Amino acid sequence: MSTEVHTRFNRELHPFPGGLELKTYKELTNSKESLRTPLPDKIILPLQQHIGSPSETIVKKGDTVLKGQKIAQASGYISVPVHASTSGKILDIGTCQSIHSKSEQVPCIIIEPDGDDAWFELEPVTDYLSIDPEILQRLICEAGMVGMGGAGFPAHVKLNEGTATAIDTLIINGVECEPYISCDDRIIREKADYIVSGTRMLQHAIQAEHCVIAVEEDMPEAFEALNALIDDDIELVTVPARYPAGGEKQLIKVLTGKEVPAGGLPIHIGIVMHNVGTAGAAFRAVTRGEPLLSRYVTVSGNVEDPRNLQVLLGTPVEHCLEQVGYQRRDDEAVIMGGPMMGKHIHDISMPVVKTTNSILVTSGFNRSREKPCIGCGDCVDVCPAKLLPQELFAYARAKDFEEVRALHLFDCIECGCCAYVCPSNIPLVKYYREAKNDIAVYEKRQAGYEHTRHRFEARSERLDRIENHVDDRFDKIKTLAADQDPVEEDKQSYIQAAVERMKQKKIKRKIK
Amino acid sequence: MLGVLIILLLALISSFLISRSPETTVQQGKFEDILSALPQTQCGKCNYSGCRPYAEAIVRGEADINQCPPGGTETIKTLANLLGRQVKPLNPENGLEKDKHIALIDETLCIGCVKCIKACPVDAILGAAKQMHSVLAEECTGCELCVAPCPMDCISMQAVTG
Repeated sequence: MSTEVHTRFNRELHPFPGGLELKTYKELTNSKESLRTPLPDKIILPLQQHIGSPSETIVKKGDTVLKGQKIAQASGYISVPVHASTSGKILDIGTCQSIHSKSEQVPCIIIEPDGDDAWFELEPVTDYLSIDPEILQRLICEAGMVGMGGAGFPAHVKLNEGTATAIDTLIINGVECEPYISCDDRIIREKADYIVSGTRMLQHAIQAEHCVIAVEEDMPEAFEALNALIDDDIELVTVPARYPAGGEKQLIKVLTGKEVPAGGLPIHIGIVMHNVGTAGAAFRAVTRGEPLLSRYVTVSGNVEDPRNLQVLLGTPVEHCLEQVGYQRRDDEAVIMGGPMMGKHIHDISMPVVKTTNSILVTSGFNRSREKPCIGCGDCVDVCPAKLLPQELFAYARAKDFEEVRALHLFDCIECGCCAYVCPSNIPLVKYYREAKNDIAVYEKRQAGYEHTRHRFEARSERLDRIENHVDDRFDKIKTLAADQDPVEEDKQSYIQAAVERMKQKKIKRKIK
Repeated sequence: MLGVLIILLLALISSFLISRSPETTVQQGKFEDILSALPQTQCGKCNYSGCRPYAEAIVRGEADINQCPPGGTETIKTLANLLGRQVKPLNPENGLEKDKHIALIDETLCIGCVKCIKACPVDAILGAAKQMHSVLAEECTGCELCVAPCPMDCISMQAVTG
């Protein structure tokens, strides 16, 4: 891997292990102006478009909402609100197809647009570079901001951690390494001013010492657009086009030579990374008061006019595909995300969400039959996380959770390099995802068992103590009670007194 | 002559090994693992008085691994894995595997007899003598032990949705 450097800071780049050189197909879309997608008939907003706990609905069926109005609130620290992306009526609070599983339904809010696109009252903030970082973080959280590179981690969480720990470097990630996807490239070319200002704002928000914007070397126009706007405060770096250079851990390695520890976070080595789209959207959210309502989506592959679209969140995928001349054919598959890490979607009525960077139509997608592993080791060479994919595969299939854990399954970034090079066509990542899911289910169940056992044992112990007079305090209480027991005569007088009191009360009530 | 001796010796050893059924070779060290694979409902459906006695019986080789309906297939798989045995279906004599249910007390009928409170192994029922009783849904494991003691027959098992 070449470490060609064209930056005024002369940053030395470091190759990351493994990875692939892929044909990018970005020329299909990256030179075309992005289009605004017209209003769809229906806006479907899932309550969970981020990592963390789902948002909680704060509107009712039949309510009228305005564009930018909050319709669901954050339900915890790692959670963000959801806003209406256009004005209209709440048609229903129901469910829609989940992207994760064909059989799973997820809760969502459905809006019928009224066509006015009337805005809710906005509260812009202009002094974004002098404002208290904590206020800035709150504003960003309230705007429903999540990482727009694809993972969807709430943006404010990464900012909060920033003020708690000293941050050396803020990295703004414009390295879009998956083939076909060019939404970051386009957003930089079209909204470079937003991104540069947003970068400065985020740097202020986390009080980072250094700030780097990274783009790929096959994005020269984007580089120039940024270069024209930045000063010495921001370092602009191009990194070699190699998949998955845009992965968080990989980009950190390339730019700094540092490695994020296994199971750790970039913050542990003084680094915070945000996507270019997040920087732009966060800037818009603060300075114009507009919450996260739309995003750039690359619609590419086997369609008539592949290009980038500016899509309102909640727009059905079908509606986006109509804009680029898509005709449904049986042998085609639609993928949400890139060809390497994206997921097949079975129902194109599902909506574009905060993390949807791309919609791809693949023609004649028919993966060859899975054959047994021949132990060639090609997957080991390309794994950017330095794992042992073929061993992981064997243990994941055998459901040996202890062993897959020991092999650092949870450091797998699911980049798909191993599956791409596998001569036996084994969909390795599918097995890893299943194993991760199985482990999560198993741990939840086991934690439940543990809790029940604890309660049962505590109860048994208590009953045992009482039964066997292990604790002399019980006897003490008994003798105390016996001491205080009034003698028979007293008892009578007590009762007499009580009866008298009741009589008095009754009389009083009658007088009233 | 030596050959015949060796053959006899091998035959003896193998017959000795075979005669030791897998049930009796369980190591005591695995007891904790076995116990933690059980759902801890203490329901007694396995024919033992609780999860711990059942685990002990498995270790002793008295009980089979397919006698726990609340744990179901998952528990059987875990036990099979721990003990190096074949996975087998749940023994229908012990009960059927079903989705999680929790107890619900019909509060209009409850007379506050505290019998269910005494029966609950995990303190999941709240109430006092002659006061209405309620089930803590979060803590109820669905063991059904409270259903039979209720003189009013006002406890029913409800499927948990979601």
